[in-house]
Amino acid sequence: MGQLPSYKIFPLGDAALIIDFGNVIDESINRLVHAVFYQLQKDPIPGMIESVPAYCSLTIYYDVFFIRKNISGQKPAFDWISEKVKEYLSRERIEVEDNGTFIRIPVCYEKEYGTDLDFIALLNQISIEEIINLHTSAIYRVYMLGFLPGFAYMGLVDEKIAAPRKQFPAPVEAGSIGIAGRQTGIYPLRSPGGWQIIGRTPLSLFDKEKENPTLFKSGDSVQFYSITKDEFENSKSGNA
Amino acid sequence: MSLKIVRAGMLDSIQDMGRYGYQQVGINPTGAIDKYAAAIANILVGNVYNEAVIEMRFPAAAIFFDEPAIIALSGADFNATINGNPIPINHAVIVDKNSTLQFHSPKNKSHSYFAIKGGMKLSKWLNSYSTNLKAEAGGFAGRRLLKDDVIELNEVPGANKIDESEPPGTGFKILPWQASENFGLDGSEQLMALPGAEWEWLDKNSQEKFLRNPFFISHNSDRMGYRLASEPLQVISKTELVSSAVSFGSIQLLPDGQLIILMADNQTTGGYPRLGNIISAHLPMLAQMKAGDKIQFKFTDHQTAEDFIVKQQQHLTQLEIACKLRLENYIHEKGHD
Repeated sequence: MGQLPSYKIFPLGDAALIIDFGNVIDESINRLVHAVFYQLQKDPIPGMIESVPAYCSLTIYYDVFFIRKNISGQKPAFDWISEKVKEYLSRERIEVEDNGTFIRIPVCYEKEYGTDLDFIALLNQISIEEIINLHTSAIYRVYMLGFLPGFAYMGLVDEKIAAPRKQFPAPVEAGSIGIAGRQTGIYPLRSPGGWQIIGRTPLSLFDKEKENPTLFKSGDSVQFYSITKDEFENSKSGNA
Repeated sequence: MSLKIVRAGMLDSIQDMGRYGYQQVGINPTGAIDKYAAAIANILVGNVYNEAVIEMRFPAAAIFFDEPAIIALSGADFNATINGNPIPINHAVIVDKNSTLQFHSPKNKSHSYFAIKGGMKLSKWLNSYSTNLKAEAGGFAGRRLLKDDVIELNEVPGANKIDESEPPGTGFKILPWQASENFGLDGSEQLMALPGAEWEWLDKNSQEKFLRNPFFISHNSDRMGYRLASEPLQVISKTELVSSAVSFGSIQLLPDGQLIILMADNQTTGGYPRLGNIISAHLPMLAQMKAGDKIQFKFTDHQTAEDFIVKQQQHLTQLEIACKLRLENYIHEKGHD
């Protein structure tokens, strides 16, 4: 990685800051966000609690009392950590590593589970078969996790199956696959949600008993494949 | 040695200072909504700040003790009694075996904390005792406390030697020292905030309204967020925000022009404009407000916000040293009777 694109630093309250690379969904920017994220994990800034990568921003949570007491004294910890971040980002090289895993996800695209298939078909004037073909033909990047434990924001879906969020969130079952704009994602838990639902996976995306409780991590790549209702139910009972 | 929930409260859950390090996979920190009061309850009984406490809303649980224990309540005062006799908040209280703690009416504030010397025998999930209600993990079985739940307690050396009560027969004794509710603040009624990343998205008129108008906490508020009601605010252009981090205290603008302040069960990321963030030191004050309460925002700077954090932390440290000493002396003396 050579020169960094421009960025801004915003406070997120008095104990976190956001490094913002622009309000865009862009793979190269997201790779850069992750490069900084992994670098910070290897070589953390003193006083850092954790950092959270998103599409085009990285947020750093820090311990104000620790920094004030041990490093910055009377001066704001925010000023000190902002300077540290700038130094960090001005380093000659930030290595972009690819430590993502390729994961294939079975999806049953029956209308029983894909409750908004008809809406997308009508909206974009295409057949449900075509929606399934388009959704399963691409390999998606997991840009970030957020919203719910293990919820992966993936993209980008073909323009022909893009759809706006619902105006009012509706109840969504665990395993449901949704589309919002050109993003696609899976609800790991039962939750209210605003994405248009096109199918459901029998896989469990969140297991609190596991050391790594979430199936995905950001940077993974994902491809969906279509399964029948029988296959869905069989693997669902096999899971249990 | 155990606690038994003999009557369930409305929403009583095990919490601590929160679960950090997992927001990158969407697991939110949760934790006590008023961390200051939770810390004080722990400090009063000589625990570390981060020990598990029970966070309660009113109506709160009734709790039965099968062995003597040292407990403390802090935060909201729900007019608690032991075996029918009133006990104050912000004091350590020795409770005799076969006693029952009950809560009768909310005097002020909205969240009360219960701490017990030695702590409860629970297992941590991802390094924290906090209950993540959505993930059904952490705390006690990942859920709110229900009738007939039995929570085992850790052994406390010397505790069985202090099973006196005062007056005799009441089943409890209030220890004389008290934790002050002083937040290390100036008592201002305004909630201080730092401007958020999308503050400039608001039109001029709305920016003025934000800083001038009162906002009221609506009934539709919970541990995830406090929704506010006021004159709607407007953004300059309808740009969609790409999802990015939010935190406890983030003030977001909803599509209908109303505000929500994210609270302890906030999601890790969101897509609504972040107009500002309540400063850390004022979160306990906000957490203790109730539906209908009025909020007035005031912007401040990092220096001020951080100075408050340092002051609060120093206050807690002093209190910790003082309480530890008095409690140890007390147990030691009684142990040699």
